[in-house]
Amino acid sequence: MMSHDNHLFESLQFHDDHPPTAPIAEIFTIEDDDPLLRSSSIHKNPNSFNSFIDPPSYAEAVFRSFEGLQIDQISEHDDVSTSESSVSNLFLRVSVKDPRKKHDLDNSVVSGGKSYLTYLITTWTNVPEFTGTEFSVRRRFKDVVMLSDRLSESYRGFFIPTRPDKGVVERQVMQKHEFIEQRRMALEKYFRKLAAHPVIRHSEDLRVFLQVQGDLPWMNAANVAPSGDSREVVQQGKGGGDLIRMFKELRQSVTYGWGGTKPPLVEEDRDFLEKKMKLQDFELQLSNVSLQAESLVKAQQDIGETMGEIGLVFVKLTKFETEEAIFISQKTRARDMKNMVTSSVKASRLYRELNAQTIKHLDKLHDYLGVMLDVNNAYSDRSRALLTVQTVVSELAILNSRIEKLEAAAFKIFGADRSTIQKVDELKETMRVTEDVKNCAIKEYKRIKETNKTEFERLDEEKRGDFFRMLKGFVVNQAGYAEKMASVWETFANETSEYAQSCS
Amino acid sequence: MITTQRSPNGGSGLHSPRSPSSQPPFLSVSVTDPAKMGNGVQAYISYKVITKTNFPEYQGSEKIVIRRYSDFVWLRDRLFEKYKGIFIPPLPEKNTVEKFRFSAEFIEMRRQALDTFVNRIALHHELQQSDDLRTFLQADEQTMERARSQDTGIFKKKPSDLMQIFWGVQSKVTDVVLGKEKPVEESNPEYEKFKKYISELEDNLAEAQKHAYRLVKRHRELGQSLADFGKAIKLLGACEGNALGTAFSEVGAKSEMLSIKLQREAHHLLMNFEEPLKDYVRAVQSIKGTIAERANAFRQQCELAETIKLKEIDLNKLRLMRSEKMLDAEHEYEELKSQGEEATKRFDTIVRLMNEEIVRFQDQRTQELGRAFHEFAKGQARLANAIADAWRSLIPKLDSLSVS
Repeated sequence: MMSHDNHLFESLQFHDDHPPTAPIAEIFTIEDDDPLLRSSSIHKNPNSFNSFIDPPSYAEAVFRSFEGLQIDQISEHDDVSTSESSVSNLFLRVSVKDPRKKHDLDNSVVSGGKSYLTYLITTWTNVPEFTGTEFSVRRRFKDVVMLSDRLSESYRGFFIPTRPDKGVVERQVMQKHEFIEQRRMALEKYFRKLAAHPVIRHSEDLRVFLQVQGDLPWMNAANVAPSGDSREVVQQGKGGGDLIRMFKELRQSVTYGWGGTKPPLVEEDRDFLEKKMKLQDFELQLSNVSLQAESLVKAQQDIGETMGEIGLVFVKLTKFETEEAIFISQKTRARDMKNMVTSSVKASRLYRELNAQTIKHLDKLHDYLGVMLDVNNAYSDRSRALLTVQTVVSELAILNSRIEKLEAAAFKIFGADRSTIQKVDELKETMRVTEDVKNCAIKEYKRIKETNKTEFERLDEEKRGDFFRMLKGFVVNQAGYAEKMASVWETFANETSEYAQSCS
Repeated sequence: MITTQRSPNGGSGLHSPRSPSSQPPFLSVSVTDPAKMGNGVQAYISYKVITKTNFPEYQGSEKIVIRRYSDFVWLRDRLFEKYKGIFIPPLPEKNTVEKFRFSAEFIEMRRQALDTFVNRIALHHELQQSDDLRTFLQADEQTMERARSQDTGIFKKKPSDLMQIFWGVQSKVTDVVLGKEKPVEESNPEYEKFKKYISELEDNLAEAQKHAYRLVKRHRELGQSLADFGKAIKLLGACEGNALGTAFSEVGAKSEMLSIKLQREAHHLLMNFEEPLKDYVRAVQSIKGTIAERANAFRQQCELAETIKLKEIDLNKLRLMRSEKMLDAEHEYEELKSQGEEATKRFDTIVRLMNEEIVRFQDQRTQELGRAFHEFAKGQARLANAIADAWRSLIPKLDSLSVS
């Protein structure tokens, strides 16, 4: 939907790329050039209607004069990642700009001189972890992928914003301006989301990414030294890390090899299951609304366009009736047609502005579809953690039964075999270590469960705020522009009141 | 003594005593109550035509008859034949697409157009005197049917056939036959300008009508998408529950409500803006028919003038030769001369009538277009106000829900 939105938006923006001229009401003359394009004014008006930020007062929304109704451009500032912590007054704002091609000189012999794009990433912040308030770095998309992978490891259980898609793109596509612009905007949006997350915004990896000049110190994802909350828990226990990896590899065989034995622990948290189901339901309906919102936006655009086209047709007719007019009735008609043109063109522009705002508001729907993906990732973290616990518990059971068997055998044979005793001791040692690992795993699972819970609460609250804002913005926007349009048409109705039928 | 006249064919109208004309003469007609008659392929729509008048030629002050589309066509064709030079009001097109023939919308559009048609005739100072009009408004169905079937034989020429003449195809042929290269068209610069104006006007108006129809469609599409959006957001509200869910549901309900208003406005636009524009186009096309008639009359006049000249030469030759054919030739010559006078008179009448008609046409069209604009503006304003009110009324509710 993103690309569709952008396309719509770009086609809307196209009409604005004209030099500012005086308001249409004053300078309209019948000329050959297209009044629709000529008279769009893009200078800002402090009293202008901007429903995205503040709902206008009744007085503001009442149609007064038509000057300075500019197209509300999605300026860079709107898209720039801004987030404020309501409690501590901290802010963290990131912008992604200036894509530039860079040649991979280091590996030119190996990779044949491939080039890649870098983006200038600028940060403004007063968060204390950052050593500075404004700084910039250059990063490429691969760096973002690495950051994203590290965050996924460190912040398991959290609803971590998903990074923009890599996409399978050919060289030609990658160089197209449109693609680059889309990616730039997507990256900016990604950092806005990261900066908005109350926990992740404090990530050390994020700070390094945003602030540290030169190449990132991370080599590849496999050697991740996690920097999140889960660090301590995981590293506890001698060789715990290695064991966990070993058990991860065993996971497959355990899952499929047990044959009929129930796993020792299941997801019993009813609260969680309920929340999960509800959210899935929500996601389904949200996706539907998002689709219908797209249709609505298209319909609004179409009606505005047709209104404009009607204006153009009557321009032709006005000119036609004016040229060599013989009868006064023709002159009168030409005057009426001219008023029709003025009104249609005004209405057409109002529809365009209305739509630009509508897109901005309803974009929230699309955003939350993205959030649902993040939530699903958090579910995966949780189930993986649970599986780890299950795996370790099973291993313990295996070890235990082996120990018992050996001890029983040693007991039977008179004069216990030294090797058997040794083996038992080894196994007992392994069991102790595995116990530790089990405790780690349980602790991690509990942590993730707790994280899920707080994240659900955070999501609920943010969702509430965001959607109320969206609904109100949408409604105020519709009301305001409808009022403006009513005014345009009431004026035209007055201008043609002499033709009103006494009985209708 | 008050005499009541019975209609010889037992018509169904009211018969009231002849009242002395204390009021100014009036003739008011309305076309109403379309009803489907018959079945299958033979099915058609019939209309009630109600006439209220104090014209002495008419039987009684009020009459209701049943007419169908082909009856209107008959009337138009008769008027076109008889009143050359006058811009005969246009008829709605014959619809051959089966699917829409009985759609409510099509029937309503046609009814409105037929009503306008008859009213324009009734208000025209010359056309309202027409016998054929009186037949149309008063005769019973049998008489009407008989008149209709008689017509197909004699008056075969349709306005469309005259288009060819208008574009001078036949006149070229005549030229060749006469062996002359004389242009058989008037050399009247003002009239030429008018013809050009009419032709260009038709193109421009057709384009305007096309866009007006598109605007109607856009209203419908916006209405539909609002309805779909409303429904979807209501479902979202239902699954969300709590205050936010209520907010969603309220917005959804409003969307659905506004969707209905949009459909209504689409219909209003169609009947009060698009149809008048279409009517304008038809009127211009009708004028083209009159133009063709004038060209025809002019050509006849010229042809006869030519023939008369030739005959005169012949006659003089015969006079000189003192031939016995001279008397016959003189006879023919006199006949031709009187025919020539008739043709000239006919042509002159057409020119005179047309000049008056053009003034009337321009005046009328300004009025009617003005009214169409006014209705358009009113409709749009009404819709916009409804939309604004609906959404405005929701804002306090949203505010209170967001803090609850």
